Amino acid sequence: MSSTLTVRSAVPAVKAASSVDMTTSLGRFELPNPVLTASGCAGAGQELAQFFDVAALGAIVTKSIMMNARSGRATPRMAETPSGMLNSIGLQGPGLEVFLERDLPWLVERGARAVVSIAGGSVDEFTKLAMRLREVRGISMIEANISCPNVEDRGQVFACDPRSAAEVVQAVRRAVRSEVPVFAKLSPDVTDIVAIARSCVAAGADGLSMTNTLLGIVIDTDTMRPVLAGVTGGLSGPAIRPVALRCVWQVHAAMPEVPILGMGGIRTGLDALQFILAGASAVSIGTEIFHDPMSPVRILAELEDALAARGFAGVADAVGLAHGERPPAGEFPIDAAHHHGQLLTPDDNPV
Amino acid sequence: MPVQVNGEVLSLRRVGAYHAMTVVAPGVAEIAKPGQFVTVAVGGPDTSMMMRRPFSIYQIRERGVYGGTVEFIFSIEGRGTAWLAARQAHEPIDIVGPLGKAFSLPREPATCVLVGGGYGTAPLFPLADALRARGCRIDFVMGASKEERLFGALDAKRISATLSVTTEDGSVGHRGRVSDVLPDVLSSSKADVVYACGPMGMLRAVSRIADAAGIACQIAVEELMACGVGVCMTCVLPVVGDDGVTRMVRSCVDGPVFHGDRVRFDDIGTIPADALGAPQPIVVKPQPRSSLKPTGQQASAEVTR
Ligand SMILES: Cc1cc2nc3c(=O)[nH]c(=O)nc-3n(C[C@H](O)[C@H](O)[C@H](O)COP(=O)(O)OP(=O)(O)OC[C@H]3O[C@@H](n4cnc5c(N)ncnc54)[C@H](O)[C@@H]3O)c2cc1C
Ligand SMILES: Cc1cc2nc3c(=O)[nH]c(=O)nc-3n(C[C@H](O)[C@H](O)[C@H](O)COP(=O)(O)O)c2cc1C
Ligand code: FES
Repeated sequence: MSSTLTVRSAVPAVKAASSVDMTTSLGRFELPNPVLTASGCAGAGQELAQFFDVAALGAIVTKSIMMNARSGRATPRMAETPSGMLNSIGLQGPGLEVFLERDLPWLVERGARAVVSIAGGSVDEFTKLAMRLREVRGISMIEANISCPNVEDRGQVFACDPRSAAEVVQAVRRAVRSEVPVFAKLSPDVTDIVAIARSCVAAGADGLSMTNTLLGIVIDTDTMRPVLAGVTGGLSGPAIRPVALRCVWQVHAAMPEVPILGMGGIRTGLDALQFILAGASAVSIGTEIFHDPMSPVRILAELEDALAARGFAGVADAVGLAHGERPPAGEFPIDAAHHHGQLLTPDDNPV
Repeated sequence: MPVQVNGEVLSLRRVGAYHAMTVVAPGVAEIAKPGQFVTVAVGGPDTSMMMRRPFSIYQIRERGVYGGTVEFIFSIEGRGTAWLAARQAHEPIDIVGPLGKAFSLPREPATCVLVGGGYGTAPLFPLADALRARGCRIDFVMGASKEERLFGALDAKRISATLSVTTEDGSVGHRGRVSDVLPDVLSSSKADVVYACGPMGMLRAVSRIADAAGIACQIAVEELMACGVGVCMTCVLPVVGDDGVTRMVRSCVDGPVFHGDRVRFDDIGTIPADALGAPQPIVVKPQPRSSLKPTGQQASAEVTR
């Protein structure tokens, strides 16, 4: 009986070396593999290091940091929803200086790559954050969170308007050293994601992170009031996966040369593969970390297996592949497809 | 350091209104301390319930026949706990722990009053064991809405100098709440320290009473959690630090055990204006507020910057 019991702590057992080249890139940022954490779901890495080696991931994307300490929104801040959750954390954090003194050096010491997510209430705050980061070493990439839904004034969601989005991106891109890529993180809650994406790229974004959460509400039928103190919250988890995937698909179709960091409800290596096939060069794991704190390293291993089973030499060969013509029936890597189930729809299945 | 374990249900039994689940969880049991908790994934591999469920650790056996075991007591509150209550022995269960800060123990033998509400008495039993091992005297106070929601009264009687029981319906013991009997227990036992676990309202009352009596008080809170490991900032409450500054601290890593006099009970569910990083109200335009508006909501006229 005890043979089935395994402690999953520490570094997972080293798996047999596979032939798949997992290296990828996000603009000028070269990563050993395409699995990252999602901002706000991994802190700054310290806590997750109890469960796995944070340097084993492509990078850690840190919680969006603002200029000053911020208390966030009132509680309750969370509601579980079918295959997902609503959160209204409201960017609680220690402020940039504490982050730079305490959190970033820890990641660098561990040999982990750090993607620093920044959030500002104004273009001016974004500029100040970016100027300060200019002097700082050990930052692999900057993700400008222009899409946090947890601000009380929806007018502050820069990613809902192409012009405001561009203004922020341009300010950040100008302030940050040129060798550090700047990605804009987009909201799926827009009429035309491609228009926002184009606007960000034209303003100098080196790539796009897609997507942030969708705005939602849950009402408690006992109190007959919204569950969240902040009324609305951001929906994340598997429930949003098809929407996030569609955003990645549309933007990659419109601008295949623009690197994408894909995310939204990824739980397994095959979920990650869907994002890569849709056009993402790398993926971030968010809500699944709450469900399974070791999921980032598990998903990395599953993704590697899935790529190997489909005969890929490298992850780069799979990026955007789903946009190509359908291979003729019978030319799917059937073994892999049968083995892993989910990937093929019944229509695709060569019988 | 917490671990994530593919554990196995060793047993599941009914105890009054509650369920007691023992899980073979090597690596958790060996290092768990009283007051810490575990989180359990519910609903199986393809579950639609993404949030792990937190439970206080009740009993720990470092070396069972099958390895270390952890037992927790739970009440069926919703879909997750209903799923747990339907498990069978030998089924796999994904458990993470031990998590959070434990109760701290007095250095010298002391008189300790343990106050529990409902299943909140569960973590007080391993605490009582640790206190007794240090030569402490235990006085137990437990309360619940009704008799079957008391947990562990017989055991409590065995290990304590005195046991006081309250039920709100009067089905057993004093009719009322633990706060009705606590002041007398504190004075007659000449208590040095109070430990409490239970609903927030009870913890607040207990902290007040201990404070008024000048007795140190540690409480274990129950807040909504998403990650349980300190990465998401869901589980925060306003707590005054050593420097006198109020911060929204994470109850999963900085708690669940706090000093009662540091928790700003009246401000739970709000961001106190003097908390570190609190939003500064910048618009003071009075707005008509519907009487239907729920209490405890932030005024919509406040804009966060
Ligand atoms: C540190 C800690 C220790 C706890 N110890 C115990 C214990 O020993 N025994 C016990 O019976 N219960 C305990 N609880 C409460 C227990 O976690 C909830 O009753 C349980 O999560 C409910 O899950 P559900 O799916 O049945 O309910 P649902 O209402 O369907 O759950 C929906 C969501 O709300 C959360 N939730 C609901 N009620 C609570 C609550 N009271 N506290 C925190 N989250 C809640 C769930 O975790 C889930 O994310 C503890 C909670 C915390 C935070
Ligand atoms: C609790 C929580 C906090 C988050 N905080 C941030 C944040 O600070 N900055 C940000 O850009 N995204 C934040 N997000 C969004 C995630 O990074 C991610 O884009 C989104 O959750 C979708 O991915 P998922 O479904 O894998 O979680 C947060 C999400 C959650 C659930
Ligand atoms: S529950 Fe995530 S920080 Fe406490």
